[in-house]
Amino acid sequence: MTSTNEKRATENEDWVTCIDLIRENGDEEAFARLFMHFAPRVKGFLMRSGSDATQAEECTQDVMATLWHKAHLFDPARATAATWIFTIARNRKIDMLRRQKRPEPEDLPWGHEPEPDQADVLMLQQESEQLAQAIAALPDKQRVLIEKAYFGDLSHSEIADQTGLPLGTIKSRIRLALDRLRHEMK
Amino acid sequence: MSDSNIKHHVSDALLMAYSAGTLPEAFSLTVATHISMCDECRARLGALDCIGGVIVERCDAQEMPEDSLSKTMALIRKGRRDEAPHARRGSVNMPVPLQDYIGGGLESVRWRSVGMGVKQAVLPTSPDATARLLYIPAGAAVPDHGHRGTELTLVLQGAFRDAVAHFGPGDLEIADEDLDHTPVADIGEDCICLAATDAPLRFRSMLPRMAQPFLRI
Repeated sequence: MTSTNEKRATENEDWVTCIDLIRENGDEEAFARLFMHFAPRVKGFLMRSGSDATQAEECTQDVMATLWHKAHLFDPARATAATWIFTIARNRKIDMLRRQKRPEPEDLPWGHEPEPDQADVLMLQQESEQLAQAIAALPDKQRVLIEKAYFGDLSHSEIADQTGLPLGTIKSRIRLALDRLRHEMK
Repeated sequence: MSDSNIKHHVSDALLMAYSAGTLPEAFSLTVATHISMCDECRARLGALDCIGGVIVERCDAQEMPEDSLSKTMALIRKGRRDEAPHARRGSVNMPVPLQDYIGGGLESVRWRSVGMGVKQAVLPTSPDATARLLYIPAGAAVPDHGHRGTELTLVLQGAFRDAVAHFGPGDLEIADEDLDHTPVADIGEDCICLAATDAPLRFRSMLPRMAQPFLRI
């Protein structure tokens, strides 16, 4: 269990390195690695959310191209590569399947914040892996409910307020990163 | 812009639906505006987005066509780096997502009177829910009403009190169909709220019921 944990956490860090390489060097090899891993999963996610194969493929290419163009906006102290890719895919999905806009919260000033603290990055990537383990360990019925919510099969009034997931640690970690950002911005 | 005095936050269920991207646009606007004012909910959203990331990771992989990587590289070469040089910063009571729907700050709102000094402005969103700004003069009340669906009320300026609690700037009230309430604005300052509903309100007295078609609520 622990060794799988560490392996997956290292995997998370590898994806962070790939995005760094894309941002710094326009590294196509690093992009290809990300693509091979994530594109089929994004396609699967979109199809599970109700799009057909062709639509999902086009949308996935779009999502991955967006990743390249926004690589400099990725903050690994606040998200894993998978989390970030999910948010890009979700936004494209709303656009494509529901033809709606999705109002986004005000951005925190990007562009002049300092390099994220490496210890913060490490902790967040590891805690995300622990969350993945917790989701895997949920009773089937409960996990299916959460998946349904993210695939768009439940309305907000059908979603339970209690997920049974330990979200507190990861929330506190992100909160800390936000506080640091706020402090630097002053 | 983040206020640690905020006491009433987005519920887990609403925040998860926002993270999943399944809320009606008017609700998303209200949640996005609250998050712009509240780092606690911004961090909670980050944790919920992380669930989304795990779900993408766990998804059954669907094979992509062989030429999809080269097609994506072509897309990349056609496009350009998203510069997003300096993020726009809203004002204290008017975060950026809301400004985008008003087309400016509070001074750009085209208010319409709904009587008793109360004014409203309906914002352009998809028809599955309605978002509107409410202007309640200091000390005035919004007519007693119940809901069929859910009503979200976010305070932008001033404060109001109803049977449930007292709500100040950044606070979000989530009212479901069990709640009949009469929000009353505090004496000190006119109260401005962003309110979103996914079903028409039901007013208790005859007069507002007649006015309802004009209110578009």
